[in-house]
Amino acid sequence: MGHIERISGPLVIASEMLGSKMYDVVKVGDLGLIGEIIQLKKERAVIQVYEDTTGLRPGEKVESTNAQLSVELAPGLLGNTYDGIQRPLEVLKAKSGSFISRGLTANAIDRNKKWKFYLEKGIKNGSMVKEGDILGYVKETEYLSHYIMVPLGIDGRITGLKEGTFKADDKIAVVEKGNKKTELTLIQKRAVRSPAKFTKKFRSEEPLITGQRVLDLLFPVAKGGTAASPGPFGSGKTVIQHQLAKWSDADIIVLALCGERGNEATEVLTEFPELKDPKTGRPLTERTVIIANTSNMPVAAREASIYTAMTIAEYFRDMGYSVAILADSTSRWAEAMREISARLEEMPGEEGYPAYLPKRLAEYYERSGKIEALSGKIGSITLVGAVSPPGGDLSEPVSQGTLRVVKTFWSLDKSLADSRHFPAINWLNSYSLYLNDLNAWYVKNLGEAFVENRIEVARILQKEAELKDIVQLVGAEALPDAERIVLEIGRMIREDFLRQSAFDEVDAYTSMKKQAFMISSILYFRKRADDAIKSGVDLNSILKLKVREDISRMKETKEHEVDKAAQRIRSEIDSQFSALLKEYKENNR
Amino acid sequence: MKFEIEYSTIENVAGPLVVVGKVRNAQYNEIVKIKLQDGEERLGQVLDTSSTQAIVQVFGPTNGININNTSVSFLGETLSTGVSEGMLGRVFDGQGRPRDTSAGVSYDDKRDINGYPINPVARAYPSEFIETGISAIDGLDTLVRGQKLPIFSSSGLPHNQLAAQVTRQASVKGTNESFAVVFAGIGMTYDDYRYFFDEFKKTGALKNTAAFINLADDPSIERIITPRLALTTAEYLAFDRGMHVLVIMTDMTNYAESLRELSSAREEVPGRRGYPGYMYTDLASLYERAGIIRGKPGSITQLDIVTMPSDDVTHPIPDLTGYITEGQIFMSRELSNRGLYPAIQPLGSLSRLMNNGIGAGKTREDHKGVSDQLYGLYAKAQEARSLSAIVGAEALSESDKRYLKFGEDFENNFLKQGFYERRTIEDTLNIGWDLLSQVPEGELTRVKKEYIEKYYKKNKVAK
Repeated sequence: MGHIERISGPLVIASEMLGSKMYDVVKVGDLGLIGEIIQLKKERAVIQVYEDTTGLRPGEKVESTNAQLSVELAPGLLGNTYDGIQRPLEVLKAKSGSFISRGLTANAIDRNKKWKFYLEKGIKNGSMVKEGDILGYVKETEYLSHYIMVPLGIDGRITGLKEGTFKADDKIAVVEKGNKKTELTLIQKRAVRSPAKFTKKFRSEEPLITGQRVLDLLFPVAKGGTAASPGPFGSGKTVIQHQLAKWSDADIIVLALCGERGNEATEVLTEFPELKDPKTGRPLTERTVIIANTSNMPVAAREASIYTAMTIAEYFRDMGYSVAILADSTSRWAEAMREISARLEEMPGEEGYPAYLPKRLAEYYERSGKIEALSGKIGSITLVGAVSPPGGDLSEPVSQGTLRVVKTFWSLDKSLADSRHFPAINWLNSYSLYLNDLNAWYVKNLGEAFVENRIEVARILQKEAELKDIVQLVGAEALPDAERIVLEIGRMIREDFLRQSAFDEVDAYTSMKKQAFMISSILYFRKRADDAIKSGVDLNSILKLKVREDISRMKETKEHEVDKAAQRIRSEIDSQFSALLKEYKENNR
Repeated sequence: MKFEIEYSTIENVAGPLVVVGKVRNAQYNEIVKIKLQDGEERLGQVLDTSSTQAIVQVFGPTNGININNTSVSFLGETLSTGVSEGMLGRVFDGQGRPRDTSAGVSYDDKRDINGYPINPVARAYPSEFIETGISAIDGLDTLVRGQKLPIFSSSGLPHNQLAAQVTRQASVKGTNESFAVVFAGIGMTYDDYRYFFDEFKKTGALKNTAAFINLADDPSIERIITPRLALTTAEYLAFDRGMHVLVIMTDMTNYAESLRELSSAREEVPGRRGYPGYMYTDLASLYERAGIIRGKPGSITQLDIVTMPSDDVTHPIPDLTGYITEGQIFMSRELSNRGLYPAIQPLGSLSRLMNNGIGAGKTREDHKGVSDQLYGLYAKAQEARSLSAIVGAEALSESDKRYLKFGEDFENNFLKQGFYERRTIEDTLNIGWDLLSQVPEGELTRVKKEYIEKYYKKNKVAK
């Protein structure tokens, strides 16, 4: 047992700590505040404390738990809300009321709840098992089998395994190896800072379907891929993160609210129980784990929260599920790192961030991916990080370190947000490097036309931007009709397709089928308009066509009416253009 | 028995910091009393403590402190303040001592001024519309109870008037409930202080206000605690006494500058523009004290004033503020120069909690659509303006000319408003429809069709 020698903010230096290891968790002071050793200097240990250190005195005791910072993994994770070091916030509330006081401890997993445990086929007592093997499962929700796996680092002969109803920490089996016997329960622990083992990694060929048109059509992220959305405040980073959490077709969502607003966590907690998972129709909370370490909660726990989220995600991935982590915001994590680093008096790198920042970012994003787990199941982690660059300037170290490793970039644009064009994703600067890998999937599931339409849309938007530069100098009237129609189609794509309201019941989520209908309708209008202009029809009369309003209201189409609407709009386009051509011919006879 | 040991072992005085040697076990954040040789006492707080020394920040000037004749005693507690309902109607200095009269204040309880973080699962999501009577806020960037919505302003702009007007007019729709006001003046000039004091007195708000005033010539380190005193008082009034509290903190820029001063005195590694790397966390520890708690009747709404140095919104102070608060009201020098009080520029302003506080039953069903559409058209008007500056108004297309006219009318009829003019939300939305009706209804794609049928005024499209 050691003693506090010095206290400076979240950092404590303790003496007489010989024998403790790097990253061991320690209890600091008479209150037993939780901390982690981040530096050893002879018999002194430097500790970052996950709670406010106010009131600590030099001389108070410091006790090592001899274990690394780890999380508890078991049935009961889903639907829970934890702080950065996996203390369940509901339990903390029961213990200390509306405000979080200090020195509280709580089990991450409820020990009283009972679960029915079923054995996996082919697993028998006496057989040899190894780490990661699936022993059985618990139906955690109606749709989700929570597989119970042999904890990492354990192998041997299994005995005493039986089906039945268990509490999370009841013994379900024993693994014997030589003289060593390890009791297994439904709970396993994993250290958060090291990636979990797996057999191999693949490239992903399937997109994460998000129901967000600008993402699904133009800038998709693969299941198992990485994406980042840097943008200044007010550009809608958090709304995008929440939309992904609500609507994307991952099996499990891990929401890491890292150093952001308290009310954003509240919003999620208020909304999610009411919303239904588009895949299963069950409340969204049943597939969600929330890690909420808001900006006013201790900064060291904020640094840890990102790893807590990842370790939980890896656990579900190893069961063969597709998991999406939404980290909002990775900049706050980096800032926490910077604050700790400054207190350690490390030599700063760029903008005061530690020199190891890019390495930490890369290591973290690398924990995503589609993998074959030790059990042979295929799972994936998709990682989407929000980045909050100071002043919206992407030349800063966190944005740069992130952009070097992620393959999808959603560039958030202040001027779009100002005009209330949401999602404020700039269609010219953003990119997805997954398009080629995903093409086969699109062709197979949505047909060639979808891929062709994407290319066409990108081309029109690019052309529109070029023409707009000219218009800025000479005015739109100076352009020929064949070019002015491009401006008009560009506007339709932006306003009627890319713009999507997260707050409208119908518009918040758009199925791929509806997306295909919407974009092909706009492009069909374009084709007919081009033809009409070539035949000599005046642009202004095309702009007066009634069907344009129908197109602008396609987003209000309910999902079950898509087929009908598609037919109606196409025939309206046909008949209105035919009438226009007829009229033109009659006038110019 | 508590022993108060006096140490006369000051080793070092630099800026606001005093290093006391031979102290074995001072608490982190412990309060200390510093006694000068002439008997004057000042308060300080432990910033760094070890088994050999303690570094103390002094709330007040360090002049007069010397090495051999000044003594320091450690009080064994962290900084706390008395709280009570009796504080309403009183004015305190930046350290919480009465400044208006010599009459004492009786306190019901004593609270740590740093507070504790609200557990996110204990919060209730803010959703009650506050009618400020100002169209630019109510119509476009609605304030709700429990929100923190700063005013981003610049020197020379009427942010004080705006804050005074909001304080005078704000009420929850359909009720006449007014707010209790907790006012934190941080490094404010005497003139500004008098302005608020007189305004509040005139409108009778003063008896419902607890003010903590640190003037521009008061010690700058005191500014670190002034907002914390105010927020601790606000938390007591809101969550123990069930009041709806409006907290006004002005000016957060002065607060941040004190934070920088302290950081540089401690020789810390500076972040952007010399501000400490932990400024985001520090500001969050203030702003996040706004909100509503489930099962408790009161609320804390914050309206903080941030003046942007050289009108620069990317300066670290407004930038970090914007990342923490739930939107911002952005004041524009251009609008102000054109005489458009209250000079709120909607492009740049935002209320993140708006969607939850508006709509049928709260404001009116068409509110969201009207707001989105006004935003869209005003953005187009700005484009048309810059185009017309290059090619001339004559060369604009019909629709661009319409946008240009819309922009003018929007500014003059919607954004512009009198200091004593109070518009109901219906007035505001009706002005909105007058403006939207200048545009062909087919273009109003951000409004639901049923609302167009209900509210659109036909035959007003400008030719």
